[in-house]
Amino acid sequence: MPNLSEQNFPKLILPDIPNLHKLDVYLANGGYQMYRKALTMQPNDIIEEMKRSGLRGRGGACFPTGLKWSFMPKGNDKPKYLAINGDESEPGSFKDRAIFEFNPHLLIEGILIAGYAMGIKTAFIYIRGEYHKWVRLTEEAVQAAYDAGLIGPRMKETFGGDYSMDIVVHKGAGAYICGEESSLMNSLEGDRPYPRVKPPFPAQVGLWGMPTTINNVETIANVPVILRMGAEAYSKIGAEKHPGTLLLGISGHVNKPGVYEVPSGLPLLDIINDLAGGVPGGKQIKAVIPGGSSMPILRGDQLEGVMMDAEGLKAAGSAIGTGGIMVMDEDTDIPHMLRRLIHFYHHESCGQCTPCREGCGWLEKVLTRVDEGHASSSDLDLLVDIANNIEGNTICALGEAAAWPTRFTITRLREEFEAKVKPDAALPVANVVHALRESSYRPAVVAES
Amino acid sequence: MIDSSAAAEPLQEIEGPIEFSPEELAKVEQLKGLYPSSKSAIMPVLWMAQKKWGWLSVGVMKHVAQVMNLPYAHVYGVASFYTMYFKKPMGQYHVQVCTNVSCMLRGGEAVYQHVAQKYGIGHNQRTADGKFSLEEVECMGACGGAPMVAINEDYYENITIEALDRMLDDLG
Repeated sequence: MPNLSEQNFPKLILPDIPNLHKLDVYLANGGYQMYRKALTMQPNDIIEEMKRSGLRGRGGACFPTGLKWSFMPKGNDKPKYLAINGDESEPGSFKDRAIFEFNPHLLIEGILIAGYAMGIKTAFIYIRGEYHKWVRLTEEAVQAAYDAGLIGPRMKETFGGDYSMDIVVHKGAGAYICGEESSLMNSLEGDRPYPRVKPPFPAQVGLWGMPTTINNVETIANVPVILRMGAEAYSKIGAEKHPGTLLLGISGHVNKPGVYEVPSGLPLLDIINDLAGGVPGGKQIKAVIPGGSSMPILRGDQLEGVMMDAEGLKAAGSAIGTGGIMVMDEDTDIPHMLRRLIHFYHHESCGQCTPCREGCGWLEKVLTRVDEGHASSSDLDLLVDIANNIEGNTICALGEAAAWPTRFTITRLREEFEAKVKPDAALPVANVVHALRESSYRPAVVAES
Repeated sequence: MIDSSAAAEPLQEIEGPIEFSPEELAKVEQLKGLYPSSKSAIMPVLWMAQKKWGWLSVGVMKHVAQVMNLPYAHVYGVASFYTMYFKKPMGQYHVQVCTNVSCMLRGGEAVYQHVAQKYGIGHNQRTADGKFSLEEVECMGACGGAPMVAINEDYYENITIEALDRMLDDLG
């Protein structure tokens, strides 16, 4: 395959047009024409178009967007809401920020089309609080669209028809959990943002008890693109089962970190070496987290032939998540990295479910022992045991988000941890609690094939 | 998310009357109108309060409860959940250093240690003159520009200790 950096990939979400964030530039480049096109279609046909395009959510779960939209009840007997998830707090993810900064009107146009297709009249763009600048940029774009009569009550005059949409930009205040969709809804409603038990799903009982759809920023930005290209052409970009372009955020030990828009299904190693300029100093890659910090880590020798799309990463034993690629070179202290990562999950656990609230704390304590050289080999089994007892036992996926990195990092890079632990007898302080549990039950750690 | 560092210090309060101006109260009413339920305006109103008073004291939260027509316990419950709502006074320049994985891989921890030693303060503490405060933040979404530091609302990416030093020395 030729060098990726020399290929002319389509730039659908972040085209190279200067000042595209300004409304006049966006309009001069065909802006808001796809909403006009949408108005000539039946709402249900737009949903069918999304289904045919094969668009899958870009927030991590890769759920088919058209299918999600079709869950919304038809009819307008009660209000329906659209929430755009721009909380983007997963370590390693920084792609939505590029949309807020460089192409916010594409997002707004996508919201109008999505709203028209589902009969939704109010949308909320939830942006993480740390993004002060990007909240401001998005608010400015929304205000410019209001002033031009492209959203709000005046859009009936601008575009004709009987549909209008209001958009509210809502600023978070620093909580990772608000990226979880039901937590985001509680945050928007003004409650303490604990995740909700599902079912009922948001399409039945969402914001203020009404049908609600929650989509990621990048997902919605793809909507006008699909109407422009047609579902058929869009579905042919990139990987067959996960089509379209992806905004990949590459960080860590690479020469050119940043956000790259590429078709899905490219080889991960070529993305790292060609686009991101490889590892500084020509060092070897020890490990890569391919989709944001919650996704299973891959060893350097597992990367050959791994394709960057949902199915490709599944086959490789990981997941695409938000497309945040974190590259670690041969000198990386993996136990220290994991300790730092689990500190994050412990900090961000909302505290609602005991397995996550307590388990993340225990993971951090034991990992601190490992990192500081006061642990024994059996502590590594203990970590996997704790992770296994968090996974599947919590209301939301933060439990898994903490359990997966722990389990996969320890099983896949165990030698890194073994190098930091000592035999039980050599420990300065006897670990009494652990000794007790060793006498009763020890979980079997299944080695990966 | 319990901020245990806050509990260790004596309770502080803002001096003087704590009240929004009539213009600010009009803004509060406008914010309430943006949402189907006025309760949703609690986050923007807390942001307004923090902008005005610098942090959210018990008195401030009680005032927010009053203008929002919500129990104080509810306002406290929301404010205490989020790390960006300060429950104690922070410095004029709030220095936020990311040490999460992407920044850690590119030297974020050394940057944090440097600032901590420079001012003799730790996580969520401020200097005696109230000029600087330090926070070890979780991922700020600037991984492509790691290591990164945010001072108040502005991001500084691809930071070096020398460049940060010059910037901080210029500030104070």
